[in-house]
Amino acid sequence: MKTRLALAAAALLASGALHAQSTLNAVKAKGYVQCGVNTGLAGFSQPDSKGVWKGIDVDVCRAVAAAVFGDAGKVRYTPLTAQQRFTALQSGEVDILSRNTTWTLSRDTSLGLNFAGVNYYDGQGFMVPKKLGVKSARQLNGATICVQPGTTTELNLADYFRANKMSFKPVVIEKLEEVTNAYFSGRCDVYTTDVSGLVSTRGSRAPNPADHVILPEVISKEPLGPVVRHGDDGWFDIVKWSLFAMLEAEELGLTSKNIDQQVSSTNPSIQRFVGASGGLGKMMGLDDRWAYNIVKQVGNYGESFEANLKPLGFDRGLNNLWTQGGLMYAPPLR
Amino acid sequence: MRWRAAALQALLVAAVAFAVWTLAANTAHNLEARKIASGLGFLQREAGFEIGESPFLSYSAADSYARALSVGLINTFRVALIGIVVASVLGTLIGLARLSRNWLLAKLAAGYVELLRNVPLLVQLFFLYALITENLPGPRAALHPLPGVYLSNRGFAFPLPAPDPVHGGMALALIAGAILALLLARWARARQARTGQPFPAFAAGAGLILGLPLLVFLAAGTPHALAVPTLQGFNFAGGGALTPEFAALLGGLSLYTAAFIAEIVRAGVLAVDRGQFEASAALGLPRRRAMRLVILPQALRVIVPPLTSQYLNLTKNSSLAVAIGYPDLVSIANTTLNQTGQAIEGIAIIMAVYLTISLSISALMNGYNRRIALKGARR
Repeated sequence: MKTRLALAAAALLASGALHAQSTLNAVKAKGYVQCGVNTGLAGFSQPDSKGVWKGIDVDVCRAVAAAVFGDAGKVRYTPLTAQQRFTALQSGEVDILSRNTTWTLSRDTSLGLNFAGVNYYDGQGFMVPKKLGVKSARQLNGATICVQPGTTTELNLADYFRANKMSFKPVVIEKLEEVTNAYFSGRCDVYTTDVSGLVSTRGSRAPNPADHVILPEVISKEPLGPVVRHGDDGWFDIVKWSLFAMLEAEELGLTSKNIDQQVSSTNPSIQRFVGASGGLGKMMGLDDRWAYNIVKQVGNYGESFEANLKPLGFDRGLNNLWTQGGLMYAPPLR
Repeated sequence: MRWRAAALQALLVAAVAFAVWTLAANTAHNLEARKIASGLGFLQREAGFEIGESPFLSYSAADSYARALSVGLINTFRVALIGIVVASVLGTLIGLARLSRNWLLAKLAAGYVELLRNVPLLVQLFFLYALITENLPGPRAALHPLPGVYLSNRGFAFPLPAPDPVHGGMALALIAGAILALLLARWARARQARTGQPFPAFAAGAGLILGLPLLVFLAAGTPHALAVPTLQGFNFAGGGALTPEFAALLGGLSLYTAAFIAEIVRAGVLAVDRGQFEASAALGLPRRRAMRLVILPQALRVIVPPLTSQYLNLTKNSSLAVAIGYPDLVSIANTTLNQTGQAIEGIAIIMAVYLTISLSISALMNGYNRRIALKGARR
């Protein structure tokens, strides 16, 4: 893992001519989108039993590939740890970073990155073994807490305990698998990460999920979304609007099942969406059927959520459409 | 002919300088173009993350990145220094055991060496860490072999003498004792060279080193209050503690490096000609004194250079701490470069620190090697 960081740093040193051309042209030339994803977080990005990557973060990559190539399969995945992710994107090792990454001011401005939107509204929480009898995060004074390094989680954790005049001992391990092992073996009293990560870890890794409770306090805002390099506005637009297209499709009621019937719809919004009018794709340097391809091959946001997160016990909550009382809102596609 | 060689050298220097300049200029340009912050200004900013263990230097999330990195450096030093001492002692014992005439002892030592040096260190670290965290009970059901001593998956908690002003005085007495013992040994050697009279300098020196602090302790009225660890809430508080991360890393590094040191020691002793044993026996030297005065000084000349490499390896291997969550320099520098996004500065700091540590160890060991080398020998 250090080697990779060092390599990426070296690549930063020497990547002169590499980015002279636009990311879109480079992606078209090599024939696939290189996508940085989590090393394995169920529901967000994790390979299934056949080795096929699945999850809502993976679907963002597939949507971009569908928009660019008309083929959602033209993606190659680079599993990245929390610490490797930004360097991998900065150095050009990946074209998109879609790895449950929190949008913050300092990351957006000082890391040379742009956040292309939010595909999951999250917040940080705490998980404890039920047998400890802890009911609130305020009772965690003196606890040993397992956390992954290089995350906003690590910083929020320190902030929360400072604000509440409590102390804790962190056990900081980089690999998700090792850090959750440390928690489940009892090395830590508490495991903290985004609530989505807690639900996913409890559902997929706990020896007995019923033995662990997630405390009611949510101590931070964690808007998670795809990230691109700063300075290539064309590529930034494509990733941003691919994500918006998935939201817009849900709002318009377009799904992978019904979109072929809806192609001939007389609704002007749907006509623009499927590329029958408006020429929206051309404006981004893509085929006009870009959004049709996304919905046909990947599905709308709701379908992605149903397929990946529902089975793990996730609730739509904040991630519902704005029309349903959630925060998911796409600007007009026109 | 000479000017041609000189011109070639100049050309080479120019080429290297040009390559370095291009790389630097290119990097600065790329960082600027992508609005990635650069420079070492981030070191003064608040770090904002906690560190699991920070002995000797108090640290909180409100301190700066520079202080966080210092804590990491201290943690690296702590595990490397203790690891070098433990690995040297253990390695020497196992190396000599492998030469022993006792068949079982020799075979056991050989088995240890082959097993430990042929399994990757990272695997050994994961194994030791899992051994501690998976098998030991939680703090509320901690093993309790002696009063005040607790063994749990939070580590090893043990009583320590409560802080007392007399401890400072005892430390001073210890230093004074060590200096006196050194002077005594010199005087004893000079006297033996002059008169042939041996003096029990070792026993007298040990007496000075241990006795002076003990005298201070007794003079102060034996303040023997103990800080005993007690279970408070989630964990033990008070007394001393070793975390599972530190224990696993120290154990892994020492056991692994000891296997290599054992082979180096064995090679060193075997490199001394058998005639040297026989000659010292013929002079009537007892076996132990022959070992100490004749064999070991010659073996050391063979042992020290490869031993230096092992010390360097151990120090650098300590960066595997990242895998099991011990907050060493690399772990904290990685977090820092991730929070600040300044990968180049972060990696540069790591490289500079390891280079400095390694060159210092090399310089120390090379100095020692020169002292024990054959005087006047050409190499």
